[in-house]
Amino acid sequence: MNRFTIPLATLCLVAPAFADDSADAIRALQSVGEHATGAAEARTALQTLKQGGAANLLPVLKAFNGSSKLAANWLRSTFEAIADTEQKAGRGLPKGDLLAFVKDTSESPSARRLAFEWLLKRSPQLEDELIPGMLLDPSPDFRRDAVKRLIDQAAAANADAAVALYAKAMTGAVHEDQVKTIAKALKDAGEEVNISRHFGFLTKWKIIGPFDNKDQKGFPVVYPPETKLDLTAEYDGQLGKVKWESIATDDDYGVLDIGKQIENYKGSLMYTTTTWQSEKDQAVEIRLGTPNAWKLWVNGALMFEREEYHRGTRLDQYKVPVSLKAGQNTILVKICQNEQEQDWAQDYQFQLRVCDRTGAAVLPVTQAAANNTPRKEIR
Amino acid sequence: MRHLPATTNRRRAVLALAGFVGIGFLSPAHSGDWRQFRGNDANSIAQGENLPTELSGGSIAWKVELPGRGLSGPIAVDQQVFLTASSGYSQDRLHILSIDAETGETQWERQFEATGRTGCHPKMCMATPTPASDGERVFAFYSSSDLICTDLAGNLQWYRGFGAEYRNASNSLGMSSSPIVIGSTVIVQAESEAEAFAAGVDTVTGETKWKIDRPRKANWTSPTILPAANGRPALALLQSSAGLSAVDPETGNVVWTFGNGASTIPSSLVVDGTVVIPSNGLTTIRPSSDGTTFEDVWKSSNLGPSTPSPVVINGLTITVNSAGALSAGDMATGKRLWQLRLKGKFSGTPLASNGHLFFFNEAGYAFVVRPEREKGEIVSELDLAETILCSPAASDNALYVRSDGHLWKFSEQR
Repeated sequence: MNRFTIPLATLCLVAPAFADDSADAIRALQSVGEHATGAAEARTALQTLKQGGAANLLPVLKAFNGSSKLAANWLRSTFEAIADTEQKAGRGLPKGDLLAFVKDTSESPSARRLAFEWLLKRSPQLEDELIPGMLLDPSPDFRRDAVKRLIDQAAAANADAAVALYAKAMTGAVHEDQVKTIAKALKDAGEEVNISRHFGFLTKWKIIGPFDNKDQKGFPVVYPPETKLDLTAEYDGQLGKVKWESIATDDDYGVLDIGKQIENYKGSLMYTTTTWQSEKDQAVEIRLGTPNAWKLWVNGALMFEREEYHRGTRLDQYKVPVSLKAGQNTILVKICQNEQEQDWAQDYQFQLRVCDRTGAAVLPVTQAAANNTPRKEIR
Repeated sequence: MRHLPATTNRRRAVLALAGFVGIGFLSPAHSGDWRQFRGNDANSIAQGENLPTELSGGSIAWKVELPGRGLSGPIAVDQQVFLTASSGYSQDRLHILSIDAETGETQWERQFEATGRTGCHPKMCMATPTPASDGERVFAFYSSSDLICTDLAGNLQWYRGFGAEYRNASNSLGMSSSPIVIGSTVIVQAESEAEAFAAGVDTVTGETKWKIDRPRKANWTSPTILPAANGRPALALLQSSAGLSAVDPETGNVVWTFGNGASTIPSSLVVDGTVVIPSNGLTTIRPSSDGTTFEDVWKSSNLGPSTPSPVVINGLTITVNSAGALSAGDMATGKRLWQLRLKGKFSGTPLASNGHLFFFNEAGYAFVVRPEREKGEIVSELDLAETILCSPAASDNALYVRSDGHLWKFSEQR
């Protein structure tokens, strides 16, 4: 018998066993659920994968796709435990595999970023090699880095070159601070910038109210617009008859200021609605900012509600994942004002936009395209 | 493999004994441990420590750079210092660090992605609550209501995304309540106007032992411990704008309630069986020996604290108001005895050790104060020149404090 036969045979038998163990372990990590379900199995799985060493790094990263955020945290922690052990043992990570993974935009953005940051520990030059090509990456972190490089380059460039660099940076910018920096630079250079469109704010609404919210009792009350959205209807409101009116905002950040544009009715609530034409069935995020209590419906289904007043407001304060259907989608928002008297508790407003998970605007189809889509009455 | 000190084996033996006899208190700690917000007894007193009182550049044993922001304080178990941080544009990257107390070297770091909301006031960040430990595990809690448990070697044990399980368990200004551990239960409060609850979580499995509704009001206070006494098990004291509730850590049953209202920022503490509550200024009560009720002791309207929680040292109650003035009151009567002007505003709670108080203001000034019956005296000051919002920790005769950028260790010069 060849002296290599036995070890090879052993390997042939053992390697698939290891592979099976690893696959089972990864499935255990992916199976964790809320309320710590599956945690005991996941603890064992983490140790199994850790013992398997660097060979498990790539499979762990690939498992991010399709995993819940909770499961991704188990996968992340497993990756870090393995990578940490390997590096402390003086063994390198599989750089080629990890690099290819980072470049593969079909993989999980979080997993790609994780792999990138571990590669950077030993290969800092990768930042210069990879980031410039990541302006439109599915990872907001990669985008941010790419935008920052362009902003820095623009700040050091001559006027014409700077405008071109800022304009390029704007195409990838999804974070408010960077958009503000770029917009200011472009406006200072005489360029037109439509921040509202860049972020995808919804600016034209129908509004009805006020309805009663004295003593904050109106939040759970089901007023007529919640059961039937009829834009021609008239209802008994808090101060008399109310009907739907048009309202719009030209604010850069899409703020519809009920208090200033209509009136700061204390202890009241309003309903606002608009439509959004989607070219296809798609998953998006509706991002909302408001200091008022609110509820959000899409196509008649309650997406989220929150009863909190005057704890601050900001862009993208709330991120609500929703599924839009091809064609017309109806968005309904209930905005509630309470009766606090402090100066800092007087805002009665909201801003709402539609975007993807990176924060890049998802725009409705153009009016022309919308005209080709059969419209449904909002009733 | 890391060699554990002999104390670890002793501690494990004591832990086993404690479990056998059913002692319902924080697992007996190594003498140098500082296992949670405001220390093992959650009252900011560092028993048996001898901290350096002459703070200077020479008393800095080491200073290490941190990967993210944090208002959370450090904790210490054996020779490991644990710290949380948060980073990223959206503050959604959650860090747990283990740092060698002797050298300042990072032993391990784990990162996670927040599963709950991460928006907050710019002054706050996700790493605002201080982590806790039972001596075997670390429980890292964040403003996003993520509760993460690792063992001391960094291996993830379980993960609770309370912000995902209860999607309104958040405050748009941020949450800050730090967890405590009593026996085999880690206790968290996640309280806002939109949703409010407290939960007791099994330290080993991460499963919920109990969950109780709490007043739906914004609340940044942390639970504290009424230690076991006279055969009565330890109780968790949960504070809110409504007052203070004594809760059985095993069941969540409310044993008694102090209903006269309380602050929603500084937290209560217990010293020698007396509960000091930030309520109507400062109020003290004394639970009965069987723990089923309490009696009022005194109330003082001019000892009210601002953000830092009260501390008790040398028979004095110590509070700091929003102008940075320290007030010392008689712990027996509540009478204000003297005041001392410190500089600046304070977010962190001072630490009491070896007859001194250790303060860090928001501008990064450290003050060591020697409080006596008649007056208080600042015995040393040091400018760390960085924003400091955390409460410091003490372990093995060293003082630890962190900013957004650094963690410092102070110890006697060698």
